[in-house]
Amino acid sequence: MSTPATSKTTPQRPLSPFMIGPYYKPQMTSMLSITHRLTGLGLSFGAILLVTWLVCLASGVDCYNAIVPHLTAWYGKVLLVAFTWALLYHFCNGIRHLMWDLGKGLDMPTAEKTGWGVIVVSIAVTAAVWALALATK
Amino acid sequence: MSYRSPLGHARGLGSAKQGTHHFWIQRVTAVALIPLTLWFVFSLARLPSAHFDAVTWWVAAPSVAVALVLFIGCALYHSLLGVQVVIEDYVGSEGAKIAALLLSKFVHVIAGVAGIFAVLKIALA
Repeated sequence: MSTPATSKTTPQRPLSPFMIGPYYKPQMTSMLSITHRLTGLGLSFGAILLVTWLVCLASGVDCYNAIVPHLTAWYGKVLLVAFTWALLYHFCNGIRHLMWDLGKGLDMPTAEKTGWGVIVVSIAVTAAVWALALATK
Repeated sequence: MSYRSPLGHARGLGSAKQGTHHFWIQRVTAVALIPLTLWFVFSLARLPSAHFDAVTWWVAAPSVAVALVLFIGCALYHSLLGVQVVIEDYVGSEGAKIAALLLSKFVHVIAGVAGIFAVLKIALA
């Protein structure tokens, strides 16, 4: 571990502990936290895919028909299921974050309970959404 | 003991008084995205077909076009703020950080404008 740079002109300020490394053992709550970031980052690329789909739709049938077979192929479906789960996970955990912003559910037992809730609900709703999608096609 | 650096003390500027703006807009867009995301996910799931004509007809409906514009605007604004925080947290060097922030801002704005323009073009055709 490198020591922070110090000099006479810069007082040594307290550093927040690093979450990744030997200082914290992985916990369910911290794993959900990093998953919130990862799904958020992934959804930024999902937004670009959505915009590409809409721009192709607006450009005409040729452009649209060039990309849709990729989205309905097995790898496209895997990607879309992953985006659906990422969106629903970020949605559920985002509501958990908004509750924390209101000062509710911050104690550890509740945070762990709502964490499991986020995992179960995001997977269950992803399954329900795809069951609905495949039933209406 | 004061944690203020001698340079900060000499400048005496204090905060820019905008400390909560980023945080607050992140929350405002999050709340807006609650109904918009539910609508988006279940509308796409209930689309009867992914064919060009069916999807064009769906996007062109005024209520759908307005909801899509709101969803794209809120989602990309929310994404812009989130990606900014991730870059600021993990990109160490100042040059790479500014380059990444600029790239992120440009890509988000281009995606937002392109997505909204595409919806309007279909809806107003």
